[in-house]
Amino acid sequence: MLPILHIGPLAIQVPGLVLLLGVWLGLSLTERFAPRYGMESKIIYNLVIISILAGVVGARLFYVVRFPDAFLSKPASIISINPSLLDLWGGVLTATMIALIYGRRMGLSFWPTLNALTPAMAVFSVALALAQLSSGSHYGMPTNLPWGIELWGAQRHPTQIYELIVAIIILFILWPGRETFKSASPGVYFLSFLGLSSGAYIFLEAFRGDSPFLPGGIRIAQLIALIILAVSLWGINQLELR
Amino acid sequence: MKTFIFKHWTLFSITLLAASAVWIWFSRVDPSLASAAETSAPHKGFLAPDFSLSTSEGEIITLSDLRGQPVLINLWTSWCSPCKAEMPALEHVYQDYNHDGLEILAVNSTNQDKAANAIAFVQDLGLTFPILFDNNGSVSKQYHLQALPTSIFINRAGVIQEIVVGGPMSEALLRTRIKTLFK
Repeated sequence: MLPILHIGPLAIQVPGLVLLLGVWLGLSLTERFAPRYGMESKIIYNLVIISILAGVVGARLFYVVRFPDAFLSKPASIISINPSLLDLWGGVLTATMIALIYGRRMGLSFWPTLNALTPAMAVFSVALALAQLSSGSHYGMPTNLPWGIELWGAQRHPTQIYELIVAIIILFILWPGRETFKSASPGVYFLSFLGLSSGAYIFLEAFRGDSPFLPGGIRIAQLIALIILAVSLWGINQLELR
Repeated sequence: MKTFIFKHWTLFSITLLAASAVWIWFSRVDPSLASAAETSAPHKGFLAPDFSLSTSEGEIITLSDLRGQPVLINLWTSWCSPCKAEMPALEHVYQDYNHDGLEILAVNSTNQDKAANAIAFVQDLGLTFPILFDNNGSVSKQYHLQALPTSIFINRAGVIQEIVVGGPMSEALLRTRIKTLFK
């Protein structure tokens, strides 16, 4: 665990830094291989950057709408650079909408665009697992297994390391330089990433110690991942096999 | 192998989904064992590590005695600029929410500060919430202090809801987080 990196007088939040690096590396990889999916690198780059910026603005606006009273005494806080004043789902919704509008205006095809973005998503999954490892979040259930790690007052499954290993394996399988998916129908590459990630999530979530669950103990994230896995399998069937 | 899977894709999909469903069922959480809120650790979802510290007037304040009230612990020093910058916002929210039960414990990391400087800092800013002195750094150690300021938001049950490392926190952030502590 390394939540903060001290460099001289600076205290750098490692999880945030790792996520930024993940975006940068993922975007670089996507830019490099976009032509393979019939996409123009510059347009894909712009699509991601515009969506991220729109997502940040949207996340802040949704946050202000959710907690208007908090901003009444200091309205200037609306433009504060504090990353804690963001609404995640508001940001995701805004980023998706702007991406769809931009994609439509630029005449981007749906599946080839998602295919081109898949390497960035796979790299970002690796970065996400590293960020969780550095912050100590997504921690595991207590265990007596010899590879358990001491975290938050108990010997626990190193779930962040499990997730990191699986994310690296998925990145390896889906490495854009490979020929495996070259002849596949548009969209199959992306749906393969979605299917592999959701399948891995269903398996690994079982070892987590902080999962939200339904009455009866069923983990919510596993159910959502099961639905995504089903959609991915059905989608591959529709695109590739029919 | 690949061709075999593609040939029997429907069967493969149904088998995979059924195996996943079985795994989800068998790996379901035993709610009686799942609660992190019974373990003490400096992380979101865990019981806040307990401590007793004295104020400049010699009054001893114990965190666990405040169970039932939302608590904000702020770790600070007098030489830390972001700590100084966020203190007025802390004072504003204390004035607004203290009568509803909010307690703010401003824990001075005295092992890396001077008590006299800390007292002058408090008088200069006119702070009215309790100022505690962590003379030997034990609370900083308990809460794995990595950077100043660090703020720990604790709900009525004594469970950590959020830890904000660094600052200054805006007043809007403080208000939204404190509101969630009252829920």
